[in-house]
Amino acid sequence: MSVIDLVPYDEALAAYDPVMGLEVHVELGTATKMFCGCSTELGAEPNSQTCPTCLGLPGALPVVNEIGVESAVKIGLALNCEIAEWCRFARKNYFYPDMPKNFQTSQYDEPIAFNGYLDVTLEDGEVFRVQIERAHMEEDTGKSSHIGGATGRIHGASHSLLDYNRAGIPLIEIVTKPIEGAGSRAPEVAKAYVAELREVIKALGVSEARMDKGQMRCDVNLSLRPHGREEFGTRSETKNVNSLRSVERAARFEIQRHAAVLNEGGSIVQETRHFHEEDGSTTAGRIKDNAEDYRYFPEPDLVPVAPPREWVEELRAALPEMPRVRRERLQGEWGISDLEMQSVLNAGAIEPILETIAAGAPADQARKWWMGELARHANESGAELGALPITPAQVARVSELVAAGSLNDKLARQVIEAVLAGEGGPDEVVAGRGLAVVSDDSALGAAVDEAIAANPDVAAKIRDGKVAAAGALVGAVMKATRGQADAARVKELILERLA
Amino acid sequence: MTDLIRNTAAETAAAIAAGEVSAVEVAQAHLDRIGAVDEKVHAFLHVDTEGALSAARAVDAKRAAGEELGPLAGVPLALKDVFTTKGVPTTAGSKILEGWVPPYDATLTRRLKDAGVVILGKTNMDEFAMGSSTENSAYGPTGNPWDLSRIPGGSGGGSAAALAAYEAPLAIGTDTGGSIRQPGAVTGTVGVKPTYGTVSRYGLIAFSSSLDQGGPCARTVLDAALLHEAIAGHDPLDSTSIDAPVLPLVAAARQGAGGDLTGVRVGVVKEFAGEGYQAGVMQRFNESVEILRGLGATVVELSCPSFSYALPAYYLIAPSEASSNLARFDAMRYGLRVGDDGTRSAEDVTALTREAGFGPEVKRRIILGTYALSSGYYDAYYGSAQKVRTLITQDFARSFADVDVLVSPTTPTTAFPIGERADDPMAMYLADLCTIPSNLAGNSAMSVPCGLAPEDNLPVGLQIIAPAMADDRLYRVGAAVEAALNNQWGHPLLEEAPAL
Ligand SMILES: [Zn+2]
Repeated sequence: MSVIDLVPYDEALAAYDPVMGLEVHVELGTATKMFCGCSTELGAEPNSQTCPTCLGLPGALPVVNEIGVESAVKIGLALNCEIAEWCRFARKNYFYPDMPKNFQTSQYDEPIAFNGYLDVTLEDGEVFRVQIERAHMEEDTGKSSHIGGATGRIHGASHSLLDYNRAGIPLIEIVTKPIEGAGSRAPEVAKAYVAELREVIKALGVSEARMDKGQMRCDVNLSLRPHGREEFGTRSETKNVNSLRSVERAARFEIQRHAAVLNEGGSIVQETRHFHEEDGSTTAGRIKDNAEDYRYFPEPDLVPVAPPREWVEELRAALPEMPRVRRERLQGEWGISDLEMQSVLNAGAIEPILETIAAGAPADQARKWWMGELARHANESGAELGALPITPAQVARVSELVAAGSLNDKLARQVIEAVLAGEGGPDEVVAGRGLAVVSDDSALGAAVDEAIAANPDVAAKIRDGKVAAAGALVGAVMKATRGQADAARVKELILERLA
Repeated sequence: MTDLIRNTAAETAAAIAAGEVSAVEVAQAHLDRIGAVDEKVHAFLHVDTEGALSAARAVDAKRAAGEELGPLAGVPLALKDVFTTKGVPTTAGSKILEGWVPPYDATLTRRLKDAGVVILGKTNMDEFAMGSSTENSAYGPTGNPWDLSRIPGGSGGGSAAALAAYEAPLAIGTDTGGSIRQPGAVTGTVGVKPTYGTVSRYGLIAFSSSLDQGGPCARTVLDAALLHEAIAGHDPLDSTSIDAPVLPLVAAARQGAGGDLTGVRVGVVKEFAGEGYQAGVMQRFNESVEILRGLGATVVELSCPSFSYALPAYYLIAPSEASSNLARFDAMRYGLRVGDDGTRSAEDVTALTREAGFGPEVKRRIILGTYALSSGYYDAYYGSAQKVRTLITQDFARSFADVDVLVSPTTPTTAFPIGERADDPMAMYLADLCTIPSNLAGNSAMSVPCGLAPEDNLPVGLQIIAPAMADDRLYRVGAAVEAALNNQWGHPLLEEAPAL
């Protein structure tokens, strides 16, 4: 691995203008594979979900999964693309052991969707339009596991295992046009684009788009050109970047690396690169000169796909509200600022908040808990909000107990901590820990009397009409009752006694 | 027992249905015949004695139980070794698939079994159906029963020879550029290439996906029609399969056998004559045209100028698709594996296996196809060939506006001696000159025997071509010619073949 002194980011951007191309593969959530009836369920015994077609056995033929086509059209429409009236599959020919036919059934010059765009909102609220070149249908390959090598790569491995369960799972590849003009915000744009795309895919219900499960994978193509130059520089293709943060880091690293090479008068090698989570770096993969030739030709085993216009319009009319539109609507409904909305988004809190509201909590309360106590907790534990061991219904219940006066804020926080710690639901915790607010006069009377006796000077002030001084006595009572007293009732009792 | 093997499929089915003979007796008679002559003929790569007898027993049991039998129940058949058969070895004539036992049946295999047809075994063929002589089989050539030193045609030489040698009354072939019709012509049997998309390709080991078409081979036109109806029909597992009812082919054959072709318009393709056409072949062809006239057909001469580009277009399209279709033979999951000694990479093992497992003609076509699809050459080669394909389709369409069927010799010469063209691919390719246009256009065509060439006493085939989805016309015209010629000769042509 050659060590290179990266150029500081700002310095790189002062000299060069980054151009990006993002290729995102989305595994569709169809029940069956793209060209056969095998299940797509993850986690099955290796090679248990295969048949003559997806194993590429001699004589076997493909049949197009109609739901796959429908999903592709929906994605195309959501990305503001034109939908082809007539298009074909094409064979992409190359040899690889995990590719059963040694060609991938894909689309070439006739994609099902093309010429679209996706508006993405950056952290400061600025909207950046990413132009979409195309979205096309294809099939996934099998999976190779290289055994015995140090890094899990084929080099140095003693043998490899092939699992064809993934072979033939429908993929949609979404390719952007060159993203220009993002300047120093290029990495941010890349991340925001992939994030927005993921939201769109999830909203369409065509895939769970879990990057951590490989259901959505991003290739980051990047090149630099000196400011003012029209033509693009040579690009690198960082493959299979599998988280939003990594997309941003990969783009950032490549900008700094390209700048370093170019500054030294070197030239960028057109190659694929591997991204490394540990340190955010990339290393060289295989050389990708233009001599690579996939010998595309129209797939003769499949008939052309010609989505009827009426059907396309039906799908268009049935599209769900797009995430960006929905976010704007929610922001309006909740009456919060751009900045507040952005932090809700960044925290991944929209769904938990909405579900909490749906479970009966007022919007401001739902937002308060998820963005406060729970966000802090998620941050500390490194978990996603949605993955915390508390349900929106439980949060709504806490909110309800507070509204009813059964819990105060401090107690509510304790309840939430306890739920997260696995002590059970809010009601169980309240019962188990005896956390309910004490507002019973007989139970509070003694504590109030003690507080008055212990603070004669404060008591005197209150008798003299300085009602504000009561706060000190309330505090003393709260302390004595470990926070469980109903503060309002305590104050009333103090004022009654010292009237 | 001689009659059992000389009967037509229709006669055999009727005899079994009537209980005059059992399916097991019929199967055994054919297995015995194979045992007696196939060492000389080498029509079969694999004889499935157990499978055949068990299928025959099932037919007999069905009959005994009073169940209704299909029109071909109990009739033996020789299956080209390019269709997968569950549990029975399938090689496509290649070393690279030696020992492979498919885990699934082709749709055509399934349909034959469902029809109660008794599959005797798998027949020899040019490797991956690439050839016109069956000499390209990795398992040795097949002899033409008319003269064992001559080729039986190809690629389906095994199926045609099995018919001519009375090893089976029915056979299945596949026709990519003439592989059913040309063997039919040179062995004095009937072969039909159905309209593309009417017989399922699911389980047919692909040579050229856009051209391959399975079809019936038989000793009579009626038998071919019976078999054709049994294997045709829409298959949801084949996306290129046409969803339309099967045409009434048997009825058309019976109508044609009546001998009246009044009102039928026949076109003679001018381009299918001249240099390279054997005189005796042209003589028998011209006599057939006169017979058609005599049966009441009107005959006109037509020109299809783009047909002269058919051969070059075919030799770009077919190898291009083949280069991709044959990529799957990589030693990873099935078939031959060479050089896997624990030190070599998967890539090296794949290369060594393909080097050892493919024969020279297959390699030639993979290289040709790989080149034709290469970036920078695609438009000039594959692209231009597709345009020629369109022109040929238009020539046919223009012709079929004026005539109902076209006729020509099936192949320019009679069977040539084994080895004669083995080192001259171009000469070999010329055997398919008249048959290729129908594959490029996807229409239907038949070869029916029309006599022996006087100079060598070998069979000549008459090709009849009909539009796509008009296969019934082939049977009407073919049966009429067959009946007239049998009447003229006093017996079927095959009876003139020497005894084996
Ligand atoms: Zn499958």
